[in-house]
Amino acid sequence: MGLKIYNEVEEKSKLTAFISGEIDHHTAKEIRKEIDINVQKLNPTDLYLDFSKVDFMDSSGIGLVMGRYKLQSERGGKVYIQNPPPLIKKVMLVAGINKLAKIVSIDVPLSQMQKAKECAENSDKPSIQVQSADIDVHRNDDDKNNEKTEEADKNAEEKNS
Amino acid sequence: MPKKKILNEIKLSFPSLSENERFSRLAVSGFASQLDPQVDEISDIKTAVSEAVTNSIVHAYKNEIGKIELVARIYEDNVIYIKIKDRGCGIPDIKKAMEPLFTTSPEEERAGLGFAVMESFMDKLKVLSKEGKGTSVIMTKKLRTKLEQ
Repeated sequence: MGLKIYNEVEEKSKLTAFISGEIDHHTAKEIRKEIDINVQKLNPTDLYLDFSKVDFMDSSGIGLVMGRYKLQSERGGKVYIQNPPPLIKKVMLVAGINKLAKIVSIDVPLSQMQKAKECAENSDKPSIQVQSADIDVHRNDDDKNNEKTEEADKNAEEKNS
Repeated sequence: MPKKKILNEIKLSFPSLSENERFSRLAVSGFASQLDPQVDEISDIKTAVSEAVTNSIVHAYKNEIGKIELVARIYEDNVIYIKIKDRGCGIPDIKKAMEPLFTTSPEEERAGLGFAVMESFMDKLKVLSKEGKGTSVIMTKKLRTKLEQ
């Protein structure tokens, strides 16, 4: 499981959560918790959930989007589904979740992905990365940590493949 | 189910721990791989298995850990059969349970789409349930043969 949250410096009201790995009932709880902590902290108007690195999702992922939609609506905000791979999108369309959260395709700059703060403790579990302007304030320290984590991830990936 | 010859069969039994959601879908996906399925077919099967097993974990054995039995078969003509059985609380009203968005666990953020996903991703879905006795979910899917791909 992986999660990265990104809040663009120039757009403080936008928060992007980069979810990676598999979303099922077992992993959704953790992902949900991480996203909600960051939403509470950063109070974004637009919450983007990036699914580009999600390689499996069942209806627990739909529940995750529905839940975030509910919370964002209560706060007067919106939820967007960013870059879902075709097989993940298929589950979303069967569920009709696109009626609640618009599916958008956005080119994510590599630098943004790299800057994303790693929240996951290890790489074998699905994780979430959260990136935000607030976190970027301490970017120098964070970047060093991220580089290390990403290097570790890379090594782990190579090991797995 | 289909009156066709069974070519292969596996039986698994595991406790209703949420860790086993991933295990069960990967086990079935590994078993189905001998049919040389397409990526989308494997994804459909994994999703349907995950939904059925999650239902047993979340609903059938809500406050307890019980046994889940999984049978997967390969029939001739590229048909995969999957049965997921629990001895949990059972479903009082199957028709209602199968309605999209119906859920008894909204606080858990269950979308109420499990059966809808199983129905749309598999060819056939049969649900047998008795209150207090348990539930069996039987699903089949005919995979495309190499000539059709």
